Amino acid sequence: MIYNDTIVALATASGAGAVAIIRLSGKDAIKIAADNFKSVKSQKSLSDQKTHTIHLGHIIDENRVIDQVLVSVFKNPNSYTGEDVVEVSCHGSVYIQQEIIQLFLRKGCRMANPGEFTLRAFLNGKLDLSQAEAVADLIASDNEASHQIAMQQMRGGFSSEIAKLREELLNFASLIELELDFAEEDVEFADRTQFKDLVDRISFVLKRLIDSFAVGNVIKNGIPVAIVGEPNVGKSTLLNALLNEERAIVSDIAGTTRDTIEDELVINGIGFRFIDTAGIRDTKDVVENIGIKKTFEKIEQAQVVVFLFSANEFKTQSERLIVEVEKIKNKFPLKPMLIIANKVDQLSEEEKEEVSQSLNTIQHIEALMISAQNNEGVEDLKDKLIGFVNTGALNNNETIVTNTRHYDALLKAFEEIQKVKYGLETGLSGDLMAIDIRQALYHFGEITGEITSDDLLGNIFANFCIGK
Amino acid sequence: MFNEVYDVIVVGAGHAGSEAAAAAANMGSKTLLVTMNLQNIAQMSCNPAMGGIAKGQIVREIDALGGYSGIVSDTSAIQFKMLNKSKGPAMWSPRVQSDRMRFAEDWRLMLENTPNLDFYQEMVRGLLVNNGKVEGVVTSLGIQIKAKSVVLTNGTFLNGLIHIGDKNFGGGRAGEKAATGITEQLVDLGFESGRMKTGTPPRVDGRSLDFSKMVEQPGDENPDKFSYLDITKPLTQQRSCHLAYTSEKVHDLLRDGFDRSPMFNGRIKSLGPRYCPSIEDKINRFADKDRHQLFVEPEGWNTVEYYINGFSTSLPEDVQFKALRSVEGFENVKFFRPGYAIEYDYFPPTQLKHTLETKLVSGLFFAGQINGTTGYEEAASQGLMAGINAALKVQERDEFILKRDEAYIGVLIDDLITKGTKEPYRMFTSRAEYRTLLRQDNADLRLTPKGYELGLASEKRLKRMEEKHEQAEKFVEFFQNTSVTTGEINPILESKNSSLMKQQDKMFKIFARPNIDIEDMKKIESVSNYIEEHNLDNEIIEQTEIQVKYSGYIAKEKNNADKLTRLENIRIPDNFDYSKLKSMSMEAREKLNKIQPVTISQASRVSGVSPADISVLLVYLGR
Repeated sequence: MIYNDTIVALATASGAGAVAIIRLSGKDAIKIAADNFKSVKSQKSLSDQKTHTIHLGHIIDENRVIDQVLVSVFKNPNSYTGEDVVEVSCHGSVYIQQEIIQLFLRKGCRMANPGEFTLRAFLNGKLDLSQAEAVADLIASDNEASHQIAMQQMRGGFSSEIAKLREELLNFASLIELELDFAEEDVEFADRTQFKDLVDRISFVLKRLIDSFAVGNVIKNGIPVAIVGEPNVGKSTLLNALLNEERAIVSDIAGTTRDTIEDELVINGIGFRFIDTAGIRDTKDVVENIGIKKTFEKIEQAQVVVFLFSANEFKTQSERLIVEVEKIKNKFPLKPMLIIANKVDQLSEEEKEEVSQSLNTIQHIEALMISAQNNEGVEDLKDKLIGFVNTGALNNNETIVTNTRHYDALLKAFEEIQKVKYGLETGLSGDLMAIDIRQALYHFGEITGEITSDDLLGNIFANFCIGK
Repeated sequence: MFNEVYDVIVVGAGHAGSEAAAAAANMGSKTLLVTMNLQNIAQMSCNPAMGGIAKGQIVREIDALGGYSGIVSDTSAIQFKMLNKSKGPAMWSPRVQSDRMRFAEDWRLMLENTPNLDFYQEMVRGLLVNNGKVEGVVTSLGIQIKAKSVVLTNGTFLNGLIHIGDKNFGGGRAGEKAATGITEQLVDLGFESGRMKTGTPPRVDGRSLDFSKMVEQPGDENPDKFSYLDITKPLTQQRSCHLAYTSEKVHDLLRDGFDRSPMFNGRIKSLGPRYCPSIEDKINRFADKDRHQLFVEPEGWNTVEYYINGFSTSLPEDVQFKALRSVEGFENVKFFRPGYAIEYDYFPPTQLKHTLETKLVSGLFFAGQINGTTGYEEAASQGLMAGINAALKVQERDEFILKRDEAYIGVLIDDLITKGTKEPYRMFTSRAEYRTLLRQDNADLRLTPKGYELGLASEKRLKRMEEKHEQAEKFVEFFQNTSVTTGEINPILESKNSSLMKQQDKMFKIFARPNIDIEDMKKIESVSNYIEEHNLDNEIIEQTEIQVKYSGYIAKEKNNADKLTRLENIRIPDNFDYSKLKSMSMEAREKLNKIQPVTISQASRVSGVSPADISVLLVYLGR
């Protein structure tokens, strides 16, 4: 055992609940719990109990009873952390949780750091690294240098796909190295056309995996959609129409929605998180200006932007609206965006046609005409939203990237591969291209394991006749 | 006969021993060079050439630090080639063909002219070791010579066994006796030893060859040289090599002798280098190749002896002879001596520290093939480093270690002591993570200041380097700050099919374009004027060109190297006990306990240690 101290923390989600679990781990865990526990039935002490047993009793602070609890005892090494562990199941009020934790802290426990139980489990050999992903995250966040090296092995899924591509890339890397280190000798040179094919293939797969991260995120969190527009264009009404319930604040006074409100909706099995925001109208109102700033922040976080305006204002304000659309587009050029003309029920057929035509002139951005009030076009909107999500991966049962670090590694690998591609196109010398290839391999390595120059040489010696 | 206590005794006078002796003596240590035969100092036991890809960079590094190999390579050269010139500057690799006899003679004369250096001819059969500390050597006559430190550079001589076909006999090199006693004593002291194998091709009489049937391979038109000093000059005259090819017929004749090959009948058990295979190995492993290259290399200016590079073999001499006779141009070949394989003792280099001092015996250093390497350049650089560190230790100064992003020598030694080696280790550029930094053109910038600080590189050497550096830097600035008009640049760009400029711009940008080189830039008047005014030589112009054209890549590699440095800075406590790290794999715990890496970075390079194991270690170290 590596640590000498005993840690304590709430093991269940913070906040009030029906029941909460407080966990202690370390060499004095049982003793500390025993000192502050009184069994209902007898005079039995927790210290004398067998591992994996549960005991009903009270947590006592001096002579004061804090709560009636169930205490589970796990003795080392057969516990989550591999140390002595005690879990106290108490009633879920925040007050009781805090009282009990405070008591244990006074009696010699230390508040656990984030992830520390898992960390101890890992250090005691109870978890392997892939299981202890949270630990690796912890390490990574603590120190950049260690992040570089504390790469964790990937489990299942796309790592095998990456491993296969890595192997092919490695093979080409060795061919390039072969050209460099054995230039004098009678060796075949790396076929640049084949290499280009491979690079294209890798690009394609990386792109798909990177895109799948969005889908993966949807599964985990729902895809964030920012609804942006002038105040009083019916954002809240739209949201309500989508949500089918009155959750956002609805009023006719412009600027009512000052705080951003989020709501979730599942469309065709995909979760969406709608973020209702204040508009971005230029204003002198201080409160509203803060709202505008917040709007941009929310757009930043969103994966899709819905720009909403009131169709009946279009005639007089079309110019400004288009400026605002472009403002957002310029600020977030890669974000899918949808323009929605709301309140079309207030327009004549002619006016509708007019609006529709001028919307079609805005390039690369799709537009929809709806009436949130009358639930008109809302289904179309849902379809469009679904269209933004690459659901192909979901439907085809393909692998999906959900881990942020893997996503980062894939992004970086993709970037390097693009450089390799450029190098191939411009006929860059092998040694310089090798810098980018090595970097790409390194980022693959962050997902599949390590790459060393030994791999390259091993590959060369195994496959090519070299040596004078 | 020997009453005084030497600071450093170097055992063996090959490439490693000679550099070690020169370095220690030049740093002011009283040094003795002991060798079995003083006629055979600095022999080229294998091919008559120095340098080559990655190896040429090492020779430049040795020279930059103040070693002798670069100078001797220049004075004994008969042909110079800058290999890989069509690739990026990191790949440019100088190589010379050498006059074998002159190489050895020049080395001997340079050593004789080195102060503080004594010579003695006899076989060393043992070491004086007391309380884990070396105190000198014992010769075959029983003479005890005392020393504060000893550098062993025994090459292939320790229990050397020569194989030709089904015959074998003891020997350290063709015609020379093997050395005995040292391995046995070191094993008794607790060292682990192993066997390695290497081989060499036949030498033949050039008068019996028909060169008209081969392809001539001349040297460079404008030969360069190794040493950064101006005491050596580029060649004005050169000798050519020739290229010949084996054929299916040759392969069949060789195959006929396979049953008598010590490689295939199990007589040779030790591992040879995969990248320097014997001809029988090549045709066996790559049966689909219908021919292999043979490089016919002259052994000197005047001798008729030729070295048949690519035909290394331990087949019976009659098989060698018959097969070679069926190579085109070799129909009437006469042998000077047949090729042979040699097995010898080495000590897995994981038993060493970064200084090349053994972990077991204080003051005892190993360099060269005894550490499982192959190649003159690899040996020489280790000799240099061992000699330097032996002298530093006696003088009670800080040890001298080169990092992986500082020199190929650093990569070499770190690989050896961290990973060990099962086959003879040769340097490749791909072994270096940051080869764009480790170029032959900047070895002086990287290492001469260090050499000077050690007291090895002369002040003249340092001054030359600083001047070159400063002038190149100024010339780079010139390109950064000077604009060129479209009228002047566009005709040049047009002739190179490079897109034209719309308005005037800084020259740096144009120079940095991939297909534009210094010759194009020289056509601009202000550039040619600058060169003339400042009297810039080719070395400075080339250095400038590299710094302009490859600045992006160099910066990128520097950036990557800096990340490594951060890991280098996480030190692992001495005598760290890995066995308590239960979540680490058993293999990793064993390997790390054995190697005892100094930093996290080094630990991550130990074979069998996975990234997961490193994270356990990082977590444990509180990172």
